[in-house]
Amino acid sequence: MPPGAPAAMGHSLKLEAITHRFGEFVAVRDIDLDIAAGELVALLGPSGCGKSTLLRIVSGFLAQSAGRVLFDGEPVDHLPPNRRGVGIVFQNYALFPHMTVAENVAYGLHARGTPRQAVRARVDEMLELVHMSALADRLPRQLSGGQQQRIALARCLAVQPKILLLDEPFGALDKNLRLDMQIEVKRLQRASGVTAIMVTHDQEEALSMADRIAVMNHGVIEQVSPPTEVYDRPSSLFVSQFVGTTNVLPGRVATCDGARADVTLADGTRIACEATVRAAVGEDVLVSVRPERLALRGAPGDGAIPATVKVVLPLGPVVVYEAETQAGQPMKISAPREGGARLLEPGARVYVAPAAPDAARLFRPAASRAGSSGTRAAS
Amino acid sequence: MAARAAAGGREWRLALPLAAFFLAFFVAPLGVLVAWSFYDSAELRALTLAQYARFLGDRFTLGILWDTLTLGAKATLVCLVFGYPLAWLALRLPPRWQAALVFLVILPILTSVVVRTFAWIVMLGSQGVINQALAAIGLVDRPLRLLYTEVGVVMVLAQVQMPLMVLPIMATLARVDPNLSDASSSLGAGAWRTFWKVTVPLSLPGVVAGCILVYAACVTAFVTQTLIGGARLIYMPLYIYQQATGANNWPFAAAMSVVFMIAVLAVVYLLNLVGRAARGAYA
Ligand SMILES: Nc1ncnc2c1ncn2[C@@H]1O[C@H](COP(=O)(O)OP(=O)(O)OP(=O)(O)O)[C@@H](O)[C@H]1O
Ligand SMILES: [Mg+2]
Repeated sequence: MPPGAPAAMGHSLKLEAITHRFGEFVAVRDIDLDIAAGELVALLGPSGCGKSTLLRIVSGFLAQSAGRVLFDGEPVDHLPPNRRGVGIVFQNYALFPHMTVAENVAYGLHARGTPRQAVRARVDEMLELVHMSALADRLPRQLSGGQQQRIALARCLAVQPKILLLDEPFGALDKNLRLDMQIEVKRLQRASGVTAIMVTHDQEEALSMADRIAVMNHGVIEQVSPPTEVYDRPSSLFVSQFVGTTNVLPGRVATCDGARADVTLADGTRIACEATVRAAVGEDVLVSVRPERLALRGAPGDGAIPATVKVVLPLGPVVVYEAETQAGQPMKISAPREGGARLLEPGARVYVAPAAPDAARLFRPAASRAGSSGTRAAS
Repeated sequence: MAARAAAGGREWRLALPLAAFFLAFFVAPLGVLVAWSFYDSAELRALTLAQYARFLGDRFTLGILWDTLTLGAKATLVCLVFGYPLAWLALRLPPRWQAALVFLVILPILTSVVVRTFAWIVMLGSQGVINQALAAIGLVDRPLRLLYTEVGVVMVLAQVQMPLMVLPIMATLARVDPNLSDASSSLGAGAWRTFWKVTVPLSLPGVVAGCILVYAACVTAFVTQTLIGGARLIYMPLYIYQQATGANNWPFAAAMSVVFMIAVLAVVYLLNLVGRAARGAYA
């Protein structure tokens, strides 16, 4: 296979009702996930939500308490880690410190009994793919973080794994290198056509790299969608807060007709929302609106919330206003900063309204959400 | 600042008591020993190399030196063969069991040499526990000779010095990143391959340290060698002792001590080289 050409078609991965308990504690609950061949899915969630646990189950290091793991529709639960064909890139890379770069990359090939000649050819090919041919004889400790990571990837991809798992692959890198490596990993994943799951708790990383994002919280997957959809149409309050920033406004349902609802906010204004849940009239709910989906108006109007500007933060391309409604509710509004246009001053009276009919989304408060998982609070 | 710098400059004085102790009770006696080895007789009249010539020209004494050095090698090997798996196992046990196992391993250090050596005599005798057990399960029909044999000495030395092997190996094994063996098996290596290609090379520094400690302890284990080995098996420490106090030939005893010391240091140095070579690859 020449470097850069897609490998044989990737393999699909299916998780069926995976649950894992550590004693009494449910670390992963009833997870269903379908990943297509060649897809890159990001597992995004706060610390302790069960991301690593899920990866360990896929790789075979942990036997799940219930559920099935299938590669290409075949259950693999009976296979030990060394026969599953799952490649893992660890957060600390886990390169073998006593072997050179070339020996590290060759390790998996030797373990599979690949003939010597073929091993050498494949190692050269992989090192070329990750632009590391010149450093083949170095030891891992003589490499920078980014270089170590390339080798970790090359070592994995050399044995053509069915599934590639990356557990916080960029956690140990500084910001600039991070961006370079994100592009690099994406390129290699595309080039090899390998199906991949990447764990991260960095939402930007997930948004920029993944074909789909699975947002996890307390051991359950709250939403699996393409990045734009996770951002624009979060299916739960947690997702809307964890991915990007949002304003959460408490209110009471005034009318509800299934997909749409009108909510009366604390200061008495009414706001029209997309309803993610069927809410009863009179029920206490939360409305989530992203700062950039709110518009500032100079005059009162239909559904506009009167507010006073408190803080003005000009952040390069956008300006963020922190305002307060008459009921004392703080809100963030972000607006594109047009050259020459004057910014509002703190103390200015403004009227805030959703920029589009689907800007505001209605959620039930988390505490009353049925079926929430995790018997212990995550850190 | 100045005061602190001055104090810092005088900190070496803290080492003075230890240095004085060392000088008085280690360097000085060693100097006396080396000096005596050059005298021709117990009356200390003339300086000569006669004692060394006698040692190196005598097949009997050279035989004893060889027996002692190989005894240490055998006991060290047995310690390694049993100690490595023990250390490996201990690290995989739940913390409570691990503590219990470590305690069992260091127990020999906590008992008196004489007491535990006599306990072994009871174990190894022809009517001892080991022979009775072997006879009971039908493995032997005549009692094995264990007491007063080299096999017996090796067994006892290995048991007694086990902690010196197990503890350093445990320390290095505990430092090996557990992700490495996971990485190895995700790359398709079985448990055996992972063990030999990853775990063992990375624990070599501990193995070398353990071997050096055990070896040095075994070749000089006077009480164990003498009580378990009996009168027929003579090793360097006992032989030196006999020459010094029995034959009253202090210069010869001193020369033997010096040669023995150099031989042991040479072995330790070789082991160290192995360790350095292994460590050089990845430390
Ligand atoms: N061996 C174990 N025994 C008991 N509880 C465990 C064990 N491993 C993990 N847990 C618990 O399971 C939960 C999920 O752990 P996991 O390592 O999967 O989290 P994570 O999402 O990877 O977090 P992070 O982002 O911090 O790596 C945590 O609350 C953790 O305390
Ligand atoms: Mg984790």
